[in-house]
Amino acid sequence: MEVDVLKRVPVREQDPKVRATNFEEVCLGYNQEEAMAEATRCLKCKKPQCQTGCPVNIDIPSFIREVEAGTNAEAYKVISMYSALPAVCGRVCPQESQCESKCIRGIKGEPVSIGKLERFVADWARENGIKPEVTAEKKGKKVAVIGSGPSGLTCAGDLAKAGYDVTIFEALHEAGGVLVYGIPEFRLPKQTVVAAEVENVKALGVKIETNVVIGKSVTIDELLNEEGFDAVFVGSGAGLPKFMGIPGENANGVFSANEFLTRNNLMKAFKEGYDTPIFKGKKVAVVGGGNVAMDAARTALRLGGEVHIVYRRGEEELPARVEEVHHAKEEGIIFNLLTNPKEILVDENGWVKGMKCVEMTLGEPDASGRRKPVEKEGSEFVLDLDTVIMSLGTSPNPLISSTTAGLEINKHKCIVAEEATGQTSKDGVFAGGDAVTGAATVILAMGAGKAAAKGIDEFLSK
Amino acid sequence: MYKIVRKEYLANNIYLMDIEAPRVAKSCYPGQFVIVKMDEKGERVPLTVCDYDREAGTVTIVFQTVGASTKMMAQYEVGEYFQDFTGPLGCKSELIDEPIEELKKKNILFVAGGVGTAPVYPQVKWLKEQGVDVDCIIGARNKDLIILEEEMKKVAANTYVATDDGSYGFKGNVNDKIKDLVNNEGKKYDLVVAIGPLIMMKFVCLLTKELGIKTIVSMNPIMVDGTGMCGACRLSVGNEIKFACVDGPEFDGHLVNFDEAMKRQQMYKTEEGRAILREKEGATHHGGCGHCH
Repeated sequence: MEVDVLKRVPVREQDPKVRATNFEEVCLGYNQEEAMAEATRCLKCKKPQCQTGCPVNIDIPSFIREVEAGTNAEAYKVISMYSALPAVCGRVCPQESQCESKCIRGIKGEPVSIGKLERFVADWARENGIKPEVTAEKKGKKVAVIGSGPSGLTCAGDLAKAGYDVTIFEALHEAGGVLVYGIPEFRLPKQTVVAAEVENVKALGVKIETNVVIGKSVTIDELLNEEGFDAVFVGSGAGLPKFMGIPGENANGVFSANEFLTRNNLMKAFKEGYDTPIFKGKKVAVVGGGNVAMDAARTALRLGGEVHIVYRRGEEELPARVEEVHHAKEEGIIFNLLTNPKEILVDENGWVKGMKCVEMTLGEPDASGRRKPVEKEGSEFVLDLDTVIMSLGTSPNPLISSTTAGLEINKHKCIVAEEATGQTSKDGVFAGGDAVTGAATVILAMGAGKAAAKGIDEFLSK
Repeated sequence: MYKIVRKEYLANNIYLMDIEAPRVAKSCYPGQFVIVKMDEKGERVPLTVCDYDREAGTVTIVFQTVGASTKMMAQYEVGEYFQDFTGPLGCKSELIDEPIEELKKKNILFVAGGVGTAPVYPQVKWLKEQGVDVDCIIGARNKDLIILEEEMKKVAANTYVATDDGSYGFKGNVNDKIKDLVNNEGKKYDLVVAIGPLIMMKFVCLLTKELGIKTIVSMNPIMVDGTGMCGACRLSVGNEIKFACVDGPEFDGHLVNFDEAMKRQQMYKTEEGRAILREKEGATHHGGCGHCH
């Protein structure tokens, strides 16, 4: 296979027209030959900058060297030392702003496709039945992990590898957190990828108890004082949806992105034979410009709707990954940028019939450093719609903080925790991921879970 | 997996089950609810806690077969298992945290409509255990739809049954009975707790507002996760948006926007689905309020 060192080996994808009508995975990934070819582009730098860009610090040149040599099992061993969820990360990490943004290859040409190579290695290992290895001796100490999302799975995996007896408590009926309820099948296959990586964590000895709502079914204090846990990690995420507070928002046909995606992803409403209903809008607006907005829009499109993204800033300010925006456009999502909703119009039966919007222009940069959108006078117009999906971000659920005495939170309801160790204001209680930072990315949550596992190990080794 | 250890047929399409769920049984209180998911493909169905046995580790649920999921749930027998059973969810009844001495000073009337009698029962029972006597009206369209009357009589100081058609007890809807108690029997109430179909709760609230009696209602809107994640259960209460799953399910009935709640309740009921319900059951709700036609 010929390789232009300045250009990436292209990755195969489902045709946009075809994939807009199905929930199969969009990106098909590299095969052996493509992966080995792409691996040759890595310069194997002595001081690998890519590694510094990775929140879990994966030794990237080492695993790429193994891929180049065709020794995939060795490549998987390298990655497994750092990450419990490589098949997930290879798919949903924003590599362009992390490892790949630091790649020296990227100075002149395109950076090495680190994410796609990671995915290749993880998929190969799964298809060949290779599991991560457990080595450590049992420590005889129990740790409770709250939440089975990216931070919880990572923390639990690392602690199990260090010899701790770990139980994950999950509020929903299935493990995976946002990987299961939030990110759609076409970006992250649930059975083949997520369930398999959860099984890998279980193979390390981690127990998972589903249907336990911490703060309701049992409290953190009860876990520590009555159930014999020596430490607790809180990785309960940021699950509370925000609404705009505009008129008409309680009309039938207005959903939070969380509701829409949970019905579709966790409850599998899109699949034949599943009982949970989902409203298949004919004309849908998704308000917001983040990755979740793209996920909701592309889901609504696959359910048969004409879908608009309504975002108050411009294309450059879209918080979603470039790849997601690109995919959304390819599939036919219509972008109404510099547009802000003012009111949802409701018919006599209480259903959405449209949305009054106003055009915006960008003014001076605001506190976030982005240019502040300002309404253009007299530019109001109406979008005819039957569905509005609000994707304005989420905040941490107060269920845990409000039922745990001595657990400090900040004004955004985020748990206060030390970055390096995850230590909270309460002895023996650690936290990380979106519950601490507010909604962020899978890999940042994994980084926090990793740091907390180290913090917990130090705490329990005292 | 959660084992069904008791199943009883209470009345017209209303079933009672005891489910083995030790964590829930240990920590639940009256006013809270659980979510049941029967099998891999099932919906997450929210149901109010109707009783619990902390020692036996069981929780009692009562449900009426109004949709596809509850119809399937009724097919399960003792010894079989539900795949998922989560809880307790929501806040406990605010009465639970009130000082007992304060509660004893109050005259409390519970108003139970149809299958809403089930969530009323554990509250009345809990109060009885604390030595607080309360009155209770059980309303239904006719005698056959009255449930848990004997159980209620054991825990309430006075139990009044009202049927729309007069086939049993007082002839009239629950509002007629409230008026009868207040106007003709000289009863004075400081608090009403009304649980039943939305339309019943709405009209009870209109009456109690007139009478100047504070009223608590229990809302049971469409939900998915039940933990505050999806916002499907949002309601307008006063000037605020509340999530029934984490802020409720009980609210000050005089502040709830019932008309909006009733519209939202229809969201997943298609024309087709409603037609089936009309044909099979005559109505999509089953209270004794007398306001539905």
